[in-house]
Amino acid sequence: MIRFLFDRDTWQEVYDSMSKNKLRTIITMIGVWWGILLLIGLLGSARGMENSFNRLFGDFATNSVFIWGQSTGKPFKGFQEGRRVRLSLSDAKKIEENIEGIEFVVPRNQNRSLVVRNFLSESFSVAGDYPLLDAVEKKKLIHGRFINQNDIEEKKKVAVISEDVYKQLFKKDEKAIGEYIQINNINYTVIGIFEEGKISMGPTINIHIPFTTFQQVYNQGDRIGWMMITGKIEYDIVQIEKDCKLLLKNLNDIHPRDNRALGSANAGQEIGKVTGFLKGMQFLTWFVGIATLIAGVFAIGNILLITVKERTNEIGVRRALGATPFEIKRQIVVEAVFLTLIAGLFGIISGGWILILLDHLYGQGDDAVLVNASVSILIVFVALLILVTLGTLIGLIPAFKATSVKPIEALREE
Amino acid sequence: MLKINQLHKSYPIGDSSLHVLKGIDLSVEEGEMVAIMGSSGSGKSTLLNIIGILDEAGEGEYILDGVPIKDLTEKKAAVYRNKFLGFIFQSFNLINYKNALENVALPLYYQGMNRKDRQKLAMFHLEKVGLADWATHLPNELSGGQKQRVAIARALAANPKLLLADEPTGALDTKTSYEIMEFIQQLNDEGKTILMVTHEEDIANMCKRIVRLRDGVIMEDKKVTQVRAEQHV
Repeated sequence: MIRFLFDRDTWQEVYDSMSKNKLRTIITMIGVWWGILLLIGLLGSARGMENSFNRLFGDFATNSVFIWGQSTGKPFKGFQEGRRVRLSLSDAKKIEENIEGIEFVVPRNQNRSLVVRNFLSESFSVAGDYPLLDAVEKKKLIHGRFINQNDIEEKKKVAVISEDVYKQLFKKDEKAIGEYIQINNINYTVIGIFEEGKISMGPTINIHIPFTTFQQVYNQGDRIGWMMITGKIEYDIVQIEKDCKLLLKNLNDIHPRDNRALGSANAGQEIGKVTGFLKGMQFLTWFVGIATLIAGVFAIGNILLITVKERTNEIGVRRALGATPFEIKRQIVVEAVFLTLIAGLFGIISGGWILILLDHLYGQGDDAVLVNASVSILIVFVALLILVTLGTLIGLIPAFKATSVKPIEALREE
Repeated sequence: MLKINQLHKSYPIGDSSLHVLKGIDLSVEEGEMVAIMGSSGSGKSTLLNIIGILDEAGEGEYILDGVPIKDLTEKKAAVYRNKFLGFIFQSFNLINYKNALENVALPLYYQGMNRKDRQKLAMFHLEKVGLADWATHLPNELSGGQKQRVAIARALAANPKLLLADEPTGALDTKTSYEIMEFIQQLNDEGKTILMVTHEEDIANMCKRIVRLRDGVIMEDKKVTQVRAEQHV
């Protein structure tokens, strides 16, 4: 068999029958080519979409919930309805100590302040933060660094500003790190510039300063604006949210069934919806992809069937001249495999071009719909292998039929 | 060369069956040139196909060159066809996408001969039928007579012991028919055993022996004086 594959005559036969039956060859090749092309296009686009979602959520702890205080909706323990609830640092500490499955609790404060540099001024939202924020909501720093523990302990007047703030207060390409900006008439040293994320849960923050600095400067005492809570990956974030709220209600004298007192946003739940959508899309892609493959298999099988039917007389002649059924089947199979492989490779190459084109059209820039639309080459080759194998197996049915009839019957077919 | 004893053959048609050959006894010696004659439906083509191992006998005995032909596997049948038999068909049955030389070389390919020897031998046979200049032409570029000569060259290529021709002149005009017959006679002169089916008296008379079939039995089996085809050309 190996010798057969390296025999020039074998390929001469393949070349002859393919080049002398151009239409049939081209139609078969288009069928296979199209199947592979579609598969690559589909899988690549789906992957691109997935990547684009992943990029949006990538910097964000997906298993997280935000909780903040609002006004009570029920009177409780002698307190009137409508009492303002202010969460405190000790609340955050108690949550971290008592709730099961907690990874991080990040207390935060925030307000809007007038920010001035030289003669430029603008109002920005400023947040007092712990270094831990970086673990929960990854900050992409373009220059410099984020707040560290030392800044917290020494209550340093330092600020990490967003790219947007930089653009409004500084000239293009001007050095910002180490420069001063005034926030509410107090000078801060710029220590870092970060890129704003695509999606952020909760309010947009333009400037981060150390939590302790914020506490002191804005006279916050123990109070916090809100807290970000992340759960360990194996815990259900919805349950954690319930547990935290119950504990907070207990600590702050809120009626257990008061649904208004505490506000929350569960990122895990929101992202879960998108992930579900992605899963659905993935399933659909695979479904359509496999259906396309099956259609391709039938296309190959069908064309082989026609081929063999068309060549019944030729097969009869060859048998009269001394070809064994095995030799005939072998020739048909080699032709089929060769044809589908070549067409499949063309499909893979042009599929690659399609993906390049898609990337060019939809994959550029920060808000691209498709990010890095691509297909694993292994999947493509496995698909091609399935296509070739099944197509050939189906094609063998007519080949078996053609060689099982008596040669005289094959000869009578015109 | 070949010996047939009480050969029967019937084809199933729906529930009943059509009895085509009803006990044929025939033996052909080496170097003979036999015409099998009969009207259509007489079973002459069926007989030729069985002799050519293209079809299986029902009952009876068929011995080809000392080998009993019975219940052969398709693989064995292919080997015998390749080694013992050369076929010439009414409709030539050339492979239309192969040129003349490739068509002639095909039986040699199935013998496992290497490419160089094959082409040399095929060219030799093409020269013999006078078509060396047409070696690279496709069948549809050849005339009917030329096609049949390519087919004869192909039948001869594997140097078979027995040449079987099914109405070899059936698709040709009279002049071309005689040219082909002249050539077949030459082959017989050189010692090839030839068996042909025909329904034309003049063609049959160019053989050395005529076997007449009617309704599946041999009516007449006689030696005749051969009419040389070149007299008519």
